[in-house]
Amino acid sequence: MIRTTLLISGDPQSLARGANEVRLAVEAELAFYGLTGEVRVGFTPDVSRTDILPFITVYPEGIVYGPLSPQDGAFIVEEHLYKGRVVEHLLAPPEILSGKIVRLPGKEGKLYAEKRVILRRVGVIDPYSIEEYIADDGYFALGKALTEMTPEQVRQVVKDANLQGRGGAGFPAGLKWGFVASEPAMPKYIVCNADESEPGTFKDRTILEGDPHAVLEAMAIAGYAVGAHEGWIYIRGEYALSKERLERAIQQAEEMGLLGDNILDSGFSFRIHVHAGAGAYVCGEETALLESMEGRRGIPRIRPPYPTVAGFRGKPTVVNNVETLANVPPILLHGANWYKGIGTERCPGTKVYTIMGDVALTGLIEVPMGITLREVIEAYGGGMKDGKTFKCAQTGGASGSIIPPSMLDTPMDFATMRQYNAALGSGALLICGQDTCVVDLAYVLMRFFQTESCGKCTPCRVGTQRIVETLERLRSGQGMVDDLQRLEETARDILSASFCGLGQAAPVPILTALEHFRAEVEAHIQGTCPAGVCAMNAGAEAAVSVNHNYFVKTAS
Amino acid sequence: MNELALQAIIQHYRTSEEGLVEILREASRQAGYLTPEHLAFIAKALHLPQSQVHSVASFYSLISLKPLGRHVVRFCQDAPCHVVGGRAVWEAVQAALGIGVGETTPDGRWSLLTTSCIGACSVGPVMMVDDDIHGNLTPESVRDILARYDKIGGAA
Repeated sequence: MIRTTLLISGDPQSLARGANEVRLAVEAELAFYGLTGEVRVGFTPDVSRTDILPFITVYPEGIVYGPLSPQDGAFIVEEHLYKGRVVEHLLAPPEILSGKIVRLPGKEGKLYAEKRVILRRVGVIDPYSIEEYIADDGYFALGKALTEMTPEQVRQVVKDANLQGRGGAGFPAGLKWGFVASEPAMPKYIVCNADESEPGTFKDRTILEGDPHAVLEAMAIAGYAVGAHEGWIYIRGEYALSKERLERAIQQAEEMGLLGDNILDSGFSFRIHVHAGAGAYVCGEETALLESMEGRRGIPRIRPPYPTVAGFRGKPTVVNNVETLANVPPILLHGANWYKGIGTERCPGTKVYTIMGDVALTGLIEVPMGITLREVIEAYGGGMKDGKTFKCAQTGGASGSIIPPSMLDTPMDFATMRQYNAALGSGALLICGQDTCVVDLAYVLMRFFQTESCGKCTPCRVGTQRIVETLERLRSGQGMVDDLQRLEETARDILSASFCGLGQAAPVPILTALEHFRAEVEAHIQGTCPAGVCAMNAGAEAAVSVNHNYFVKTAS
Repeated sequence: MNELALQAIIQHYRTSEEGLVEILREASRQAGYLTPEHLAFIAKALHLPQSQVHSVASFYSLISLKPLGRHVVRFCQDAPCHVVGGRAVWEAVQAALGIGVGETTPDGRWSLLTTSCIGACSVGPVMMVDDDIHGNLTPESVRDILARYDKIGGAA
């Protein structure tokens, strides 16, 4: 019975480069292992790439190897088809699309394969099994750091790799580690920010649920690099499953001596504790998170001093996002140059995006930094849902920007998005079709901030409330002529005067909506909702009476 | 919840200020909501002023200071769920239970709350019923889901 089909590129150019010899070698090796009856071998004429000829595609997995010599072909039969292991070093290099971004050749008729670095074990290994993690190179990076590298060298690799914080701000992790390492105060702490609450974001949950040991390993490495012996994971209260898996993983790692005292006989000790939150978006802000960990309301602290100087318990503290940390073991294993080979020059590495809204396929992908929104929608989202047309996207969660169709082809990385006054943030991509009303969308986003504002500072507490009220008026047809100005002024006040990142990000949706969709907001003031979403008639009477009074006044 | 159960929760976490958020959350989960007596007991056990315990308890959304129904529905009202039809589903949930946001049914079976994003956006619209997450909701499907938990009395 045929279980596998192996297609070899058979175009003239491939044949000239020895495709036939590859085929003969493959067939001989198949006969040697007695696989001839199970594997079908054929030539494929369909070649869109010339840089990997000759190549072999193995179906049903859809894995592409190339360029290949006859010996390579034989080796693939032995490793992949007989032993069942993918031959990493022969995999076809990622396809270069627009010069900056890469796409891997993928499965036929399905999603394009992604570039999985930090999600590569998610869904592949059993998250309850430390053995499976170790079998897939798990804890090798920690072993390498402890036995072959000094803390300085570990920090240098992370710095050289230019790993940027994936929590949203993109701050270089290597710099942060350096700050903490240079502080004289002891003890020091590593805190993993797993308070993932940005609307539309579930990347950290996926990592924690699918590959919890990766985060533990990274925290231990960070501890070694900066001289900390204690790590804390602050996980949001709603993530019960992630918490359970983390606690199980910590227990396993301690039993195996990969956490705890004198790890791998190196003399380095590191322990990790889990602290669950109780439902507050603002606790994702690092100083509010520390307040919450110390048993208080999650209200941000004044900065400076930054947590790197005075963080948890007033001591130097590294606060890193889950995704940031998950990048660390692969960087240590493969080196900074390997890492910089992925993504864009200014922002190396991959980014995990969550895709939702009006696309055919929603979910989560990991792709190199620098992919464009259009590629995300077309290649991974399967196009727009139900034939809708793209109207806008909201990137980076609630605190991100609303971006218009003109930015569909902008390569997305932290630096480029900043340049366009947009935010990559947490990597949430909310795709909206033409039947979405921007005013309605902005209202929902601003209501989120109004609900989640901690109340410490007036601009955020009162300002978000005022914007919500104004938008509420607009979407019920009661808009006033000076509402645009009111929205803009209030938003700018919140932006410039708020105490923490929550308030400083809160006006971004409304400001970007006004920037790119001003006409639509103005239409609401005139009493129509172009998308037909807002119940404009709700306020029709009131609006009429306002006009009426106005005329009465001018008449008198 | 009696003092013994509360003491056990305090012991399980830390008997210090740093354990406060987790203790309050767990106690609230087990007891349904926290009374002034609960808060006073926790304050004493952790050697904290009652004002601090109350201020923390009133800050976090998973800690309740007022009685809730036997089942608690937390409906996600954020943008990703809203864009994919959340508003119609939200109206259907209110109709099915016959109550609005923040209310509890007269028979004490149901409370209806909204929640910020719970990280299940790819299957929105989403709601949590007690500890379970239900996704891909439609206005038609919510009645059946709710009825699996308890009797619902609202308008069809």
